Amino acid sequence: MWFFFSIFGHEAFLSLSGARSYLQVSSEIGILAIGVTLLMISGEFDLSIGSMIGFSGMTVTLLTLNADISMPLAALITLLIVLLLGFLNGVIVVRTGLPSFIITLGSLFIIRGVTIASSKIITGRTQLGGLETANGYDIMTFIFNNSLQIGGVDFPVSIIWWIILGIVAFLLLTKTQVGNWIFATGAAKETAELMGVPTHKVKISLFILTAFCAWFIAMTQTITYGGADVLRGEQKEFIAIIATVIGGTLLTGGYGSIFGTMIGALIFGMVRQGIIFAGADADWFQVFMGIMLIIAVLINGIFRKKYVTG
Amino acid sequence: MEYLEKNMSQVENGQLQLTNIYKSFGSVRALNDVSISTGPGKIHCILGDNGAGKSTLVNIISGVLTADSGEYLVNGKKVIFSTPKQALNAGISTVYQNLAIIPMLSIFRNFYLGNEPVKDNYFKFMDKDFAISTTKQELAKFGVTVNDVKRPAGTLSGGQRQCLAIARALYFGAKVLILDEPTSALGVKESANVLNQLSLLRERGINIVLVSHIIDHAYDLGDLFFILKMGELAGSYDKKDVSLKTLRSILSK
Repeated sequence: MWFFFSIFGHEAFLSLSGARSYLQVSSEIGILAIGVTLLMISGEFDLSIGSMIGFSGMTVTLLTLNADISMPLAALITLLIVLLLGFLNGVIVVRTGLPSFIITLGSLFIIRGVTIASSKIITGRTQLGGLETANGYDIMTFIFNNSLQIGGVDFPVSIIWWIILGIVAFLLLTKTQVGNWIFATGAAKETAELMGVPTHKVKISLFILTAFCAWFIAMTQTITYGGADVLRGEQKEFIAIIATVIGGTLLTGGYGSIFGTMIGALIFGMVRQGIIFAGADADWFQVFMGIMLIIAVLINGIFRKKYVTG
Repeated sequence: MEYLEKNMSQVENGQLQLTNIYKSFGSVRALNDVSISTGPGKIHCILGDNGAGKSTLVNIISGVLTADSGEYLVNGKKVIFSTPKQALNAGISTVYQNLAIIPMLSIFRNFYLGNEPVKDNYFKFMDKDFAISTTKQELAKFGVTVNDVKRPAGTLSGGQRQCLAIARALYFGAKVLILDEPTSALGVKESANVLNQLSLLRERGINIVLVSHIIDHAYDLGDLFFILKMGELAGSYDKKDVSLKTLRSILSK
């Protein structure tokens, strides 16, 4: 992919600022996709993460500006609420045994609707700004919107968070007991339960983790833009799933890798920014990603058959 | 040899007794006053048609289901299992026909699923080297030689999968081994190997409970036969007192 845009793209794609541009996009999707990947390996989806981004951004901004709380505290309160939402998603899914696709599609609409409606009631608007002067904004900036200068180009700290989170998730999945449980839960829930694996706990924890990732991205965005928008995070749930599937994770669970997902997110960032650098209409990006997704699913399907039956 | 001795001492008390077991699903009575008694070093066969209550009985023994009434004794002590894990901890391990292993998971991950060896208590990092070498070693005891246990278990043959499940059960201290249709999906040669392994386990003093509808296999191997019909115990027979022909005619009556 990189070579493709290196050859056909603009020379700016090759520059450090080009790298910064696609890495920033990749890291944002990448952080979300890490949560999505672990959850998908355990056999579940979370379509509500996009709306959780909008909700988190709005909540932290409202708490800071209207309730006059310092921003880090507001962020912490928001985190607790969002983790609770993830927990509820998980509990409803494992208790009812219904497909998480449907349950979280429901919560996607509920959370988005509540966010827009309450924002209108409280402020009469759907976009809020003016966080820059808020109490504790500098600490939040330090955590979420710092940058690292390499060769005169500011690389956002989200890239580092992405890599750290990726390494942690990779170790969790491949090296630990819990990792084994995540694979087993997604591959064959019933068998895993017979062997004493707490599959419900595994799934609920991963719903909570995914919610955490959504919160993290929301904080980064809120700090970057200095405010919130109720519609932020729209379609991010799908993009994270696309990056995950392109990275080789099976939609049906039981197989996948964090490394693959990080490559998937990298491809996403490169294509999105690469198309802009190449001077093409950015709408073609969607077409391209759609095609990539379908090809990836086909390859995964063939791979799975081969892998399982020998 | 050390391993063998360790297990020999463990299996001395694989006594299992179920008395007057009842179980209903709604208005359907799956088990009606069933009593069986099993002991170490013997192979017990539960025989019966589809719907006779074999699976229900096995599920009660293995902790998947709880009986509506009746007593369940392990080594003379009354137990009530509400999860399979509790039964596992009491040394009762079940090898299911289709659910024994997870094809997508690697062989060694299957072997240690739910019992992963960890190197530290905080992060629970798996001791992979240990897991890989023991899995190889334990499989070899059952005549399965696999060079790469990091392969998905789905690449093993049906008989090898059964052996993997049995080896795992014994390694984790099973005193009672329950097998649900262990040979029904296997070829002749593979069946023979699994059955041979089971008779070796009997010599080591494991209490084996075999659920099967292949009566020839069951008769060759079994010591005691329990026949279930419509949820009731239609009879229990010692191999000394019954011929294959008689057993078959009782079953088909």
